[in-house]
Amino acid sequence: MQNNQALISVKNLSFSYDRDVILSNINLEVYERDFLVFIGPNGGGKSTLMKLMLGLLPLQSGSIQIFNKKVNTVLSSIGYVPQNTNINLNFPIKAIDVVMMGAKENRKLALEVLEKVAMQEEAETKIGLLSGGQRQRVMIARALYNQPKILLLDEPTSSIDVDGQKQIYELLKKLNEEITIIVISHDLSLIMKYANKVAHINKRLTFHSLESLKAHFSTNDEHICEVELLQMLGKIQ
Amino acid sequence: MIEALSYEFMQNALLAGLLVSFIAGIMGSLIVVNRMVFLAGGIAHAAYGGIGIALFTGIPIFLGTSIFAVIAAIFMAMVTLKQKENSDIFIGLIWAVGMALGIIFVDLTPGYNVDLMSYLFGSILAVSRDDIIFMAVLLCIILLVLFFWYRELLAISYDSEYAALSGINVKFFYTLLLILSALAVVIAIKVVGLILVIALLTIPIYIAQNITHSLLSMMFTSGLIAWVFTLVGLWFSYTYDLTSGACIILVAGLSLLLFMGVKALR
Repeated sequence: MQNNQALISVKNLSFSYDRDVILSNINLEVYERDFLVFIGPNGGGKSTLMKLMLGLLPLQSGSIQIFNKKVNTVLSSIGYVPQNTNINLNFPIKAIDVVMMGAKENRKLALEVLEKVAMQEEAETKIGLLSGGQRQRVMIARALYNQPKILLLDEPTSSIDVDGQKQIYELLKKLNEEITIIVISHDLSLIMKYANKVAHINKRLTFHSLESLKAHFSTNDEHICEVELLQMLGKIQ
Repeated sequence: MIEALSYEFMQNALLAGLLVSFIAGIMGSLIVVNRMVFLAGGIAHAAYGGIGIALFTGIPIFLGTSIFAVIAAIFMAMVTLKQKENSDIFIGLIWAVGMALGIIFVDLTPGYNVDLMSYLFGSILAVSRDDIIFMAVLLCIILLVLFFWYRELLAISYDSEYAALSGINVKFFYTLLLILSALAVVIAIKVVGLILVIALLTIPIYIAQNITHSLLSMMFTSGLIAWVFTLVGLWFSYTYDLTSGACIILVAGLSLLLFMGVKALR
């Protein structure tokens, strides 16, 4: 289906903290406009893999190339939404200033990306006064401010209620029309409804395209047993 | 009080109060939002080592203390960047060892008769013209740093991981932050003493945090609040002949209580 070159290509990647092996021999290719979900148990290495892709952790063995280049040279085309957005809630900063953080000030562009996440009306609100879901959307706007080609999100919906989750998924779906998206998530509805690829990460990586996954489940989609599905994602190759 | 203004020591005290308040307001804001209050306390106490060494070697106390505090700050920056989990332990260690060094050097200084209390509790009424020049220079440096690097400092303070992704040299700015904090602490010691310095670096900031919407306005609001505390404290100190540093801090503490009370009622 995709005959173009991989945007991200991870080869023989391993990583360990002291003697604990976190990731072992990971190979992965991500193509343009993929919507890839990383799932797997806590401590399985999902966040570590994402941080390696961002150059936040040093490479130990193997390679990661993005646009055929080293990670550090292409950071401006990657947007990142970290896991915990409830840090520093007392920090005196407005939503719009969070969006422009660390980059050149351009209020017009900042308001544009806030509009994309439907937060333009809260631009001047102190970040700590927003709800968890609103704050999450501001963080997505911040990641979009550099107009990235790839968006990485680490559990973007973990601290948000169900309605807020759905809004964020719909937003990601819309963004996916132009941007390649990788999300760490435990949420199976995200995987079944929005993603096109799934990677189960638990030290090793098991890759699935969603079509083959759905083929395995020839029974109707509505009644998938979550436990069964998760087990399967870990096993089939 | 009015006739007191004609004394040079009083004029110096008022000028020093103004300069130190804004230094404390700006640096205190950065210290609080970066959760470095314990670290700043460590530097304040370690600075006593510098006081002892300066007395022993005969170099000017401000200079000796500043150099020592900056070295302690760089050391703390290295330790906290390398060993995040153990940073509390190292801060405590530098805190105590610095003080111990200071006491030993004071012991070793022949004919020692310096008023220790003035370093522990400050002596704004004994500020000299040289001290004021030192304070003014530091405030200028801090303002210049803000002018050129506010964006970077804001980014590392709010989310250092994201700042690193944006290509900001987090280690450099973190170290710069600690060095400026160390110098601010040394200056504030002159006014409120090393025991009380933390109050001046936190109380005005806590109040400002609740009424401002940006780091920049928090810095200058804190400075203004600290200045009011200093003036009122100084007035009490002069009128009732009490230790100036303690007066300033008590005024700050009572104001904080009042502020929290009003906030709770609303």
